[in-house]
Amino acid sequence: MSDTPLPASVETIRRVRADPRLGRRGHGSEGPAKGAGHGDTGPASKRIIVGYGFWIFLLSDIVMFSCFFAAFAVQSHATAGGPTMAQIVETPRVALETAALLLSSYTCGLSFAATNARSKLWTQVFLLATGLLGLAFVGMELQEFIGLAARGFTPQRSGMLTAFFGLVGLHGVHVSLAGLWLLTMMAQVQLKGFRPEIIHRLICFNLFWHALDIVWIGIFTIVYLMGGLT
Amino acid sequence: MSHSDTDPNLHSEDRDHREDHAPGDEPEESAGHWILNANLGLGLSILLTVTAFVLAATHLVYAPSIPVALLVLAIAQMGVHLVFFLHVTTGPDNTNNVLALAFGILVVFLLVVGSIWIMAHLSHNMMPMPPDQMQSMQQ
Repeated sequence: MSDTPLPASVETIRRVRADPRLGRRGHGSEGPAKGAGHGDTGPASKRIIVGYGFWIFLLSDIVMFSCFFAAFAVQSHATAGGPTMAQIVETPRVALETAALLLSSYTCGLSFAATNARSKLWTQVFLLATGLLGLAFVGMELQEFIGLAARGFTPQRSGMLTAFFGLVGLHGVHVSLAGLWLLTMMAQVQLKGFRPEIIHRLICFNLFWHALDIVWIGIFTIVYLMGGLT
Repeated sequence: MSHSDTDPNLHSEDRDHREDHAPGDEPEESAGHWILNANLGLGLSILLTVTAFVLAATHLVYAPSIPVALLVLAIAQMGVHLVFFLHVTTGPDNTNNVLALAFGILVVFLLVVGSIWIMAHLSHNMMPMPPDQMQSMQQ
């Protein structure tokens, strides 16, 4: 060691590194990682910030869904002489819808595995499978809504039906819009390849699609299965 | 003196082990790990979904307990999706994601339980209405 004083900046880095309260992770004994957003290590990478920001958006989207769930729970017995939930549930159709959406979540996860392996072909194949399963889901739901409307069970009929069409319809709109996003992503992967910003968008799309499946778990359990109990 | 322990890029070569992860993203995992995760998630989800549909359609369990059982199965399946599809875990690289999720769950819980609670006690909490006013409302 020389006796010359260290430059101020080096001295600062040394002091911060020596301080157990600063620039250390909560777990593990290793030093801070550069670009991890901890302490003095600089801002997080764009990939982390994009994913985290989209995660915050998704949680706010789920909060919006919870309002529709609360409305359905409150209105579930307000049938106004119209049909009860048990009278309009078609369990086989709900089972098929659930299977389609769950499988689409699976293929969506596989598409991101292919993205990580930088395989354009398999990314596209699994994205296409995801889109077709999503289309099947939306188709079955539309068929159900049209069938209900043909029997006179429209949203105007009772408070329960208003809440039902609001909640299930909102989810259907989400899946439909996600399908448009999926087509956009397929085109972008094809034309632009696996550039960092395209991969960021694929991460966000994956999150969105899985979140829609999580909301559907709540819908098929609370609206269809619990509503269908006699 | 050596600058090795003051170099800001000291740990840059092994940063990937300790970097934060965004939800749905584990940059350094191989494709095999992703496929294994997806398979596990699908298998557990099928198990939980089939159980829920069977419980709702049959009388295998005591009827008044069916709604509670269905809710428990749904919450379990949401957990499976979070871990195996969204890759939100309890690891130190996921602290921010889990904290945001915890806040989201708090808001959802307050909204749903609060709405049901308030609306179920609505008539109980109303101001008593004088009989003549009640009559004028019914006309």
